[in-house]
Amino acid sequence: MRWMWIDRVTVFEPRKRLVAVKSVSLAEEHLHQHFAAERTADGTTLPPRPVMPSSLILEGMAQTAGILVGSVHDFREKVVLAKVVSATVERDILPGETLRYDATLERMDEMGASTVGIVDRFSFVDHAWAPVGRIELMFSHLDQNRAGVAFPEENFVFGENFRTILEGAGLRRAGV
Amino acid sequence: MAKSRADIEADVRDVLVDALGVDEDDVVPTATLKGDLGAESIDYLDIVFRLEKKFSTPEKPFKIAQGELFPENLMTDPSLVEAGKVTAKGIALLKERVPHVDVSEFEKDPQVTKLPTYFTVKSLCDFVQRKLGA
Repeated sequence: MRWMWIDRVTVFEPRKRLVAVKSVSLAEEHLHQHFAAERTADGTTLPPRPVMPSSLILEGMAQTAGILVGSVHDFREKVVLAKVVSATVERDILPGETLRYDATLERMDEMGASTVGIVDRFSFVDHAWAPVGRIELMFSHLDQNRAGVAFPEENFVFGENFRTILEGAGLRRAGV
Repeated sequence: MAKSRADIEADVRDVLVDALGVDEDDVVPTATLKGDLGAESIDYLDIVFRLEKKFSTPEKPFKIAQGELFPENLMTDPSLVEAGKVTAKGIALLKERVPHVDVSEFEKDPQVTKLPTYFTVKSLCDFVQRKLGA
């Protein structure tokens, strides 16, 4: 399974809200590059500082909110992220912490949808959830695009990549 | 109490500043959404959603039907566009369906690709004012 930035859906309120979690682990290779140890111009060495990239936090929210939008039409529409309206992540997310993406459907019509999402972090030091960011997104229904461009019949958005997540959330029957 | 034209203009300005990330000072009545304010296709849907939210009240929801503000699917009909130009029938339909857009200049050279350049901040304010008054 590739390019999945959520581990599990934990709350699903049809047409309204979807919550997913993602545990950040040092086993994820990208963390070793972001940021790797670095030798600066004056010869000192900065130690490695593994931090979950904000761009992938954004992707995690897009997947969470995208599943919510897709579920409204039973995943028949090709739902694509069309616009990041606003995104703030106010602190670094470190290995050993868990992210929670809490997405709410604001508005939807034939053309697309807008969502508002809160990013929370669970720290095993504080043993509590705390908000760390807010991400507003817009999704487009690809087959309803204004340019009238035709796309393949197959729904390549909610394909095999999403199988485990959707089955785990009871949004898709196993083996179908 | 009904909103004044100045109130509507201020609210439309807020919507465009939020939706397009433009400076308040750039949102003048003659500014075109596409050319001057840099709106792309998904921005039109964003603007529609934000206008609905801004002008809805508990007593009176402000719902914009598809194609009511921006005539998106109008131009895919072959009887309305020929060789890239909007036909007389298309112009008549535009005047009827989107009266908030001044098509008097557009109809001199009605290339369909140029239609979005005629959507101005004033068009949006006219649309909202007419719809609120209805």
